[in-house]
Amino acid sequence: MTTTATSDVISLRGITKAFPGVVANDDVSLDIVPGQVHCLLGENGAGKSTLISILAGMQQPDSGTVSIGGTVVDISSPKVAVDNGIGVVHQHSTLVPAFTVLENLMLGDGGVLLDEKRATRRLEELAGLLGVEIDPHALASDLGLGQQQQVEIAKAMWKGSRLLVLDEPTSMLTPQAIEHLAESIARVKAEGLAVVLITHKLREAYAMGDCVTILRAGRNVGHISTEELATYSEQQAQDAILAAMFGEDIVAVGDEATELAGATEASRETAAIDFASRPVRLELRGASSRGAGRDVDVEDVSLTLREGEILGIAGIDGHGQNALSELVAGQRPASTGTLVFDGDDITRSGVRGRQRLGIRYVTDDRLHEGTVGSMSVAVNLVIKRIGEQPFWRSGRIQPKAVDAEAKRLIDEYGIRTPSPATRAGTLSGGNIQKILLARELTNGARLVVVNKPTYGLDLKTVHLVREILTDFAAQGGSVLLLSTDLDELIELSHRIQVISRGRLVGSVVNDGPGTAEKVGQYMTGAIEGTD
Amino acid sequence: MKTETSSALVQGFVRSVVPVLLALIVSGLIMLAMGASPLDFFAGVWRYGITGSNWQRSLALMSPLLIVAIGIIVAFRGQLWNLGYNGQYLLGAVVASGLGPILYAVMPAFLATIIVFVVAVLAGAVWSLIPAILKARYGTNEIITSLVMSFIAIGVVNLLIKGVFKDPGVTTPQTTVIPEDQLLPYIPGTEIHIGFLIAIALAIVAQIVLSRTSFGLRIDIFGASPKAARHVGLNSTWMVVLLFAISSGLIAFAGSVDILGQFTYQRADWDPRYGDAVMPLVFLARFRPVAAIPFVAFYAVLATGGTLAAQQAGLNVDFLFVIVGLILLFMTITEYIGNRRALGQSYVPAGLRRTVLQPFTRTSERTSA
Repeated sequence: MTTTATSDVISLRGITKAFPGVVANDDVSLDIVPGQVHCLLGENGAGKSTLISILAGMQQPDSGTVSIGGTVVDISSPKVAVDNGIGVVHQHSTLVPAFTVLENLMLGDGGVLLDEKRATRRLEELAGLLGVEIDPHALASDLGLGQQQQVEIAKAMWKGSRLLVLDEPTSMLTPQAIEHLAESIARVKAEGLAVVLITHKLREAYAMGDCVTILRAGRNVGHISTEELATYSEQQAQDAILAAMFGEDIVAVGDEATELAGATEASRETAAIDFASRPVRLELRGASSRGAGRDVDVEDVSLTLREGEILGIAGIDGHGQNALSELVAGQRPASTGTLVFDGDDITRSGVRGRQRLGIRYVTDDRLHEGTVGSMSVAVNLVIKRIGEQPFWRSGRIQPKAVDAEAKRLIDEYGIRTPSPATRAGTLSGGNIQKILLARELTNGARLVVVNKPTYGLDLKTVHLVREILTDFAAQGGSVLLLSTDLDELIELSHRIQVISRGRLVGSVVNDGPGTAEKVGQYMTGAIEGTD
Repeated sequence: MKTETSSALVQGFVRSVVPVLLALIVSGLIMLAMGASPLDFFAGVWRYGITGSNWQRSLALMSPLLIVAIGIIVAFRGQLWNLGYNGQYLLGAVVASGLGPILYAVMPAFLATIIVFVVAVLAGAVWSLIPAILKARYGTNEIITSLVMSFIAIGVVNLLIKGVFKDPGVTTPQTTVIPEDQLLPYIPGTEIHIGFLIAIALAIVAQIVLSRTSFGLRIDIFGASPKAARHVGLNSTWMVVLLFAISSGLIAFAGSVDILGQFTYQRADWDPRYGDAVMPLVFLARFRPVAAIPFVAFYAVLATGGTLAAQQAGLNVDFLFVIVGLILLFMTITEYIGNRRALGQSYVPAGLRRTVLQPFTRTSERTSA
């Protein structure tokens, strides 16, 4: 633990925060020093976000203190956090889409009248500091994701920040935008502000960070100080961080550890297939969807997916991924175009009809769409076969048959549950995802649509899920993989198509280095409008 | 495993019975404050609700209450808040009291009764189509639409009783009295009409359908998450319409049973508001039809005995709704505390603790870093 004497050090001491069933932070202590980028590393569920929401005043710790320059501060609300100069950029955009940049920035301003002149001056100051150009009168919804993030950073620093916290800032960005972000962070640091950078990608931590703290299962399991990190080579740093991140699990994960932790550049791991010899399984011809909500719909999408192929769909979250997967699964009707599956037109058939044909859908909303949390694991495993033999006979449920099927799937997919009768909602995210995969891939699956299959999972499960998908493809199944994680797409897919604003804007064959850059170019081109 | 289920049962029992007990205690205190004697009141409830042959009147009251309860449960299970029960009940009632005398004049009582029941159920079901379709197509809040439709139904029923269904032989606006021999028969040896048996049978059937069949599971999935229902391939439009129709049809059925079993005619501006009384009981029964039986029985005794007992104790009859309201209030509190206990959290909400309790904790504790 570094104990610097600077008066402005922000010290967290013995922070503990428990939620029902889980201790999110267990006696975490760390110091955040001005003029340094402090990386907070750890896999999903390690407690990074909880720690940040405590700093931001959105949660209060059960015990432990936060002090700034030696004085204990009770951060009882987000306002107290802002008043103390703690600015947080959250993982998901908090901008009001219908407001202009300036209006968004002035949201938190006090006073009766809006002081637009002062706000414009402040924005110019911050834009200069960050080394970016921001149009104050552009609508937030018109900005690209990288620009939105710049506005978010400006917003976090609006009241004169002493600490800037960035929660997984790179997860939604293209490789090009990540470089811009790194430059901005360097400038903020040079101004003497403290920066906390949360990430689960090791190579980013090494590239941008001055010191690193690693969280695992809510505990602070390792700290590499500025001096140490400066003397380490990249390899040494990597080994030290990996050991802390995985603990004894490192044996189980083995060589995959470096890839899972995002230490190295990703490359494809699935076996190559010969496209020409494979029959087409799914074909979309100029298909557009028509949803009921305000969700982005897909327009004029054409794609082919062959037997045994994993087709990746890359794109920023919310650009029509849901529409595309629901269109294929039958949950959203097609307004134009046709869908052909194994040579048959399925445009008009519904969810259950497609289910029986072998079209399956692993949704990204595991908790509210994919499972019913208040129902048992067993029921959730057969929920898509309600009323079908042998689980139901003349409308009445057959508990024995359901139980037997549940036990089979629980064993086959290693779902960790106390019993088949346990309520699904009490399981961990990883086990819930295994329920979904088990349910969808059993009983004659031929094509599976997976939407963000590893989002929010712990690294061991991420590894397992990817293995299940590649095995499924190796046995002749087809996978339509929608993901916002470029590394994941590159590891698994044979081809990658890019979706933007509901349209497919480019296609890249994933057969060597440089795929990430090509995909990134399509994404940037489509989003920022510059080729 | 065994202890787990038994402790869950105990928990459920405690959470269901404690609110009722608390409501009775607090209502007693209110009575004291109003200068009435709670002991007299509760003794009166016992005397007029149970002793002698009074228990038979209580059981007779149970039949409409229980059928209304089942109707409410069917909708609530699917998280559709059908609050139009008063209007739906009166629609069913007016079918029996208005159409009944006309049919009994031309056909055997048995056949006429069947037709009355069918028409009553259909009337209720059709009346629910508007809130159901608005909900399914446009996501309109069904609490508001069903409530508004209820007010319209009450108005329509009064118009019918004052108009086409009015008994020309009397001056007050009311329907023709249905003679004794055409009413629902009594259970042999008692003065309880067979509506009671119908209600109990319906409760058991509903319990089995809801808990054991694929249809019941579909309702539960739909109730737990419409998104999951869509994902599984359920047609949500059809589900909303169907559940509303069953719920509303059952409640209307209760109205027709009540007229043919108990009241024999219907006056304008008459509204027993059974649904209002039953609604909190349905929550106490956790939307389980069979579990609703004891709660409805309790309320039936309270209502049967309470009407006279309230008069004797010098209270308004509406005091019964004060007790119902208190049950609802204490149910919410018990539920809240129970949930926090289950989560292992403090009973005091975090915000309250910070603002109220924090100033009392010693400051040294907070600054010891």
